[in-house]
Amino acid sequence: MLSEELVDLSRLQFAITAMYHFLFVPLTIGMTWILVIMESAYVMTGKTIYKDMTRFWGKLFGINFALGVTTGITMEFQFGTNWAYYSHYVGDIFGAPLAIEGLMAFFLESTFIGLFFFGWDRLSRKQHLLVTILMAVGTNLSALWILIANGWMQNPVGAEFSYVTMRMEMVDFWAVLFNPDAQAKFVHTVSAGYVTGAMFVLSISAFYLLRGRDVEFAKKSFRIAAAFGFASICSVIVLGDESGYTVGEAQQTKLAAMEAMWETEPAPAGFNLIAIPNEAEMKNDFAIEIPWVMGIIGTRSLDQQIPGIKEIREKNRERILSGQIAVGALEKLRKNPADAETKALFEQHVGDLGFGLLLKKYVVDVGTATPEMIEKAVADTIPRVAPLFWTFRLMVGFGFLMLALFGAALWSSVKGNFANKPWLLRASLWMLPVPWLSCELGWFVAEYGRQPWTIYGVLPTHMSVSTLSVGSLYGSLAGFVGFYTLLLVVEMYLMVRFAKQGPGSLGTGRYDNEYAHA
Amino acid sequence: MLFDYPTLKLIWWLLVGVLLVGFAIMDGHDMGVGTLLPFVGKDDVERRIVINTVGPHWDGNQVWFITGGGAIFAAWPLVYATAFSGFYWAMLAVLWALFFRPVGFDYRSKINNPTWRQTWDWGLFVGGAVPPLIFGVAFGNLFQGVPFHFADNLMPYYTGSFWALLNPFALLCGVVSTAMITFHGAIYLMHRTEGAVQRRTQTAMLIFGSLLLLAFSAAGIWLWQGIDGFAIVSTVDPAALPNPLDKEVIRQPGAWLANYDKYPATLLLPALAYAGTLAAMLLAVNRATLAAFVASSLAIVGVIGTAGASLFPFVMPSSTDLRSGLTVWDSVSSHLTLNIMLWATLIFMPLIIAYTGWAYKVMAGKVTAAYIRENDHAAY
Repeated sequence: MLSEELVDLSRLQFAITAMYHFLFVPLTIGMTWILVIMESAYVMTGKTIYKDMTRFWGKLFGINFALGVTTGITMEFQFGTNWAYYSHYVGDIFGAPLAIEGLMAFFLESTFIGLFFFGWDRLSRKQHLLVTILMAVGTNLSALWILIANGWMQNPVGAEFSYVTMRMEMVDFWAVLFNPDAQAKFVHTVSAGYVTGAMFVLSISAFYLLRGRDVEFAKKSFRIAAAFGFASICSVIVLGDESGYTVGEAQQTKLAAMEAMWETEPAPAGFNLIAIPNEAEMKNDFAIEIPWVMGIIGTRSLDQQIPGIKEIREKNRERILSGQIAVGALEKLRKNPADAETKALFEQHVGDLGFGLLLKKYVVDVGTATPEMIEKAVADTIPRVAPLFWTFRLMVGFGFLMLALFGAALWSSVKGNFANKPWLLRASLWMLPVPWLSCELGWFVAEYGRQPWTIYGVLPTHMSVSTLSVGSLYGSLAGFVGFYTLLLVVEMYLMVRFAKQGPGSLGTGRYDNEYAHA
Repeated sequence: MLFDYPTLKLIWWLLVGVLLVGFAIMDGHDMGVGTLLPFVGKDDVERRIVINTVGPHWDGNQVWFITGGGAIFAAWPLVYATAFSGFYWAMLAVLWALFFRPVGFDYRSKINNPTWRQTWDWGLFVGGAVPPLIFGVAFGNLFQGVPFHFADNLMPYYTGSFWALLNPFALLCGVVSTAMITFHGAIYLMHRTEGAVQRRTQTAMLIFGSLLLLAFSAAGIWLWQGIDGFAIVSTVDPAALPNPLDKEVIRQPGAWLANYDKYPATLLLPALAYAGTLAAMLLAVNRATLAAFVASSLAIVGVIGTAGASLFPFVMPSSTDLRSGLTVWDSVSSHLTLNIMLWATLIFMPLIIAYTGWAYKVMAGKVTAAYIRENDHAAY
């Protein structure tokens, strides 16, 4: 059996490398469209200031992009290095969107980002704008494909298990592609990226305005960010709600855990605004409930019930018992594929195979699992409630806070008086970290909420890892954390330096702070 | 579906080869430039000239590596799982070396401080030199078999150590690979520079071209005389559902050269390696640098093709549990997935080649000291 330490370290390494990567990705996604907007203004009006805006914000975008690429290299290979059994077991489905992401999106994004930076003097205005648009399209397509892959982990449609090849195999590519989980996730995630880009431009522009520097440049940037940010945060919230709905269908467990819903309530269920979940006794020690809201979000109806944690556990117990039979039959079939009786038994229970594999955490021969082991496996099927409950609420709270900020920023932009509102400028500046926090929290809710599975209902996390030594994991984990932290420090240093210097860093002679260029 | 399962398995062996060759030609030339950077650029302006020859393109080129990884995941999931987890520290060394490139290119010239810039120059050197060295070493180990086996549920177990990978034959293959990539990079650099940088690069080009010819010959002789190959002795059904445990394999002297007897046309591959390298050296000395780049690209086809053809049908033989060795027949994904991935490749690969070509056309011409001075704030 695989040691729990190995599994925990593999998870920790993936979580850390993914969360580092996700510090850079949302800003890249959002900035590409902001650059498209600014450059379109340049091409339409011919005003140099819009070109300077594209180039200056593009410079900051480039500093961020470099680390996005760096940390992204790891992600493409980490499934193989650290999740070998996962890669074998679901590579037939999961590998395809990853490869198509490379072919369709990464090449487009990365080829045109080179021309974006180096092509200003060699391309006509319209050609350069086209380059910027293609860069943005490539960036956003990469988000689409990776979320199709991730959506399949949450809701594994269009695939079947084959006992000959010992893996999941694709049977319907279109089902994988149009997985409703993936589609809702895609729009929610890229919109969150747009919000991050907008907040970045809004905050730094507010900083210049507070200092009274490069006022015209900052005002134009602020207006674009306010409008783009407001539209994006609305999309995040609406599509977050749509994710809530699809989560409700494919992954009731995640929903129940992040809402701390222990009991199945009569429809429509209430929404726990705040609660103190008590995992040991499976109840909330304290809760403020808003009636009806949960049922409407989760089912889009007034009469469908949402199952609570206790009910889900009982269903899972049945599935684990059935899966126990499936695993036993599978192991017999592997030794003697001609055994028709075993094959029939296996096919009857194959749908619960993944649940049977949950027992592998406790015993090699799952047929001999004791009632205590089964009880433990049942308990494992529910992720820990308190971390999900609170991270989810924090994310949503941040979302509405940003809605308020972008609403105020847009309103003042329309009235044209934002530059005289120091409180708004200060709020914009101080809220700079909020979208990053929200993005990381959202990632946590999605991935932690899927536990104990890597592929929901199909493959448990503890079976997915590579059979590496614990020492190797400590070594690589230390290497990644050390390397990434060093690079992050360098990146932040450059980012702060150039953001502080402002458009003067372009060396055009048109802006304040030209002297500061090194 | 257009092709039956055995044909698709073969096509995917060829396509993985195409991706690997594409990676070596495209990402290879900018890695070679990175390796040469500290040696052919003597002052800051010269180094910026060197860096800016690949400045607009390195990122797009690196996607060959990323996509190669993704395609192996999709088409050969067992290889992706077994090779990358087995070669864990080697793989991490490649990734960590590559980390220096995006930041090295983008951050180096943003601060005007000699220590800062020199540090990143050496970072770009590491990012250029280490990956080809390790890929060569990995290939060298494939020829000797890799110590891994599968459990009944096909969970892979690697039982060797990292240090055992660094054996003499593997290191020789590392030299072949590094020489090939650096040589190719030198030819590209000669194409995009002039004057002193170009002169110094020519010297490097001649050194690494000669080293490639020598090391490639030495590895060939060693493989012929000193390394036992692997051969499948049970009947292979190429149409069967992939199951790597369902075959019988033996070790046999000379087995790695058996394909050249069986399919004499494959001898064209090593011939191409020699002819391409020699032609590239000659053309580059005579300043027909673009033609030289085509020739050195063909040399890469020859070298990688020779490795692939010798191993065929093996991809990753096992030295400790012979039947666990992975082949083009039994490490692949399903018929449907191979088919979908073929269509994706057929649709997108021509587009990629077209717009990459356009990007190079836009940026064509020599990178000069005047260009660097005029673009002090924008260039790398």
